[in-house]
Amino acid sequence: MPQPTKGARLGGSAAHQKLILANLATALFEHGRITTTEAKARRLRPLAEKLITKAKRGDLHNRRLVAQTIRDKGVVHTLFTEIAPTFEARPGGYTRITKIGPRKGDAAPMAVIELVTEPMAAKTAAAPKADEKPAKSEAPAEDEAAKTEDTTAAEAASEDTAGDAK
Amino acid sequence: MAVPKRKKSRSNTRHRRSQWKAAAPNLVECPTCRDKKLPHTACATCGTYDRRQVTSPSA
Repeated sequence: MPQPTKGARLGGSAAHQKLILANLATALFEHGRITTTEAKARRLRPLAEKLITKAKRGDLHNRRLVAQTIRDKGVVHTLFTEIAPTFEARPGGYTRITKIGPRKGDAAPMAVIELVTEPMAAKTAAAPKADEKPAKSEAPAEDEAAKTEDTTAAEAASEDTAGDAK
Repeated sequence: MAVPKRKKSRSNTRHRRSQWKAAAPNLVECPTCRDKKLPHTACATCGTYDRRQVTSPSA
């Protein structure tokens, strides 16, 4: 049985949270990226990704399930016809949250949540890297060496001293 | 009604307030613009995170 979410609801009540998250999801699918508080972005992410998964299936039943949350028919249509096909090859992880620091006024931590638009070619290139981790760790090190010689020199010096100590 | 029995001395007040301090945030260097920024957060100056443009640059 699914465990209910623990703790306070956004907006104070379960109904209000449901409305807030539905409105945020609608705005996200309408605009592709929205700026909101980090707490709301973190709550929105699982909801939005489940809606995209339903949209990827694409049949009438799933369209009705999505329409229960997103009340705007135009946005539902965009989600099924334009957004879902772009995620055809992507196995989850459709959204990205980037923190953008505290808000002026109440210092609430803000974040940008956006639909991932990068093509899967980069993703498939990253997948083999995850398998061979040593190779992956070497490649960024070489990149850093090219970029900042000072830091690598400092690191090398520290490694030398560490080796001497041993 | 409960009221204070004694005047709070200036020394007591100042000792208490001497513990009331702000801590400087831990900052890291932005890899794009070399400006200081909060870690794991998009740079406020150039608006990038992980060399990806997230927000519009402020300056």
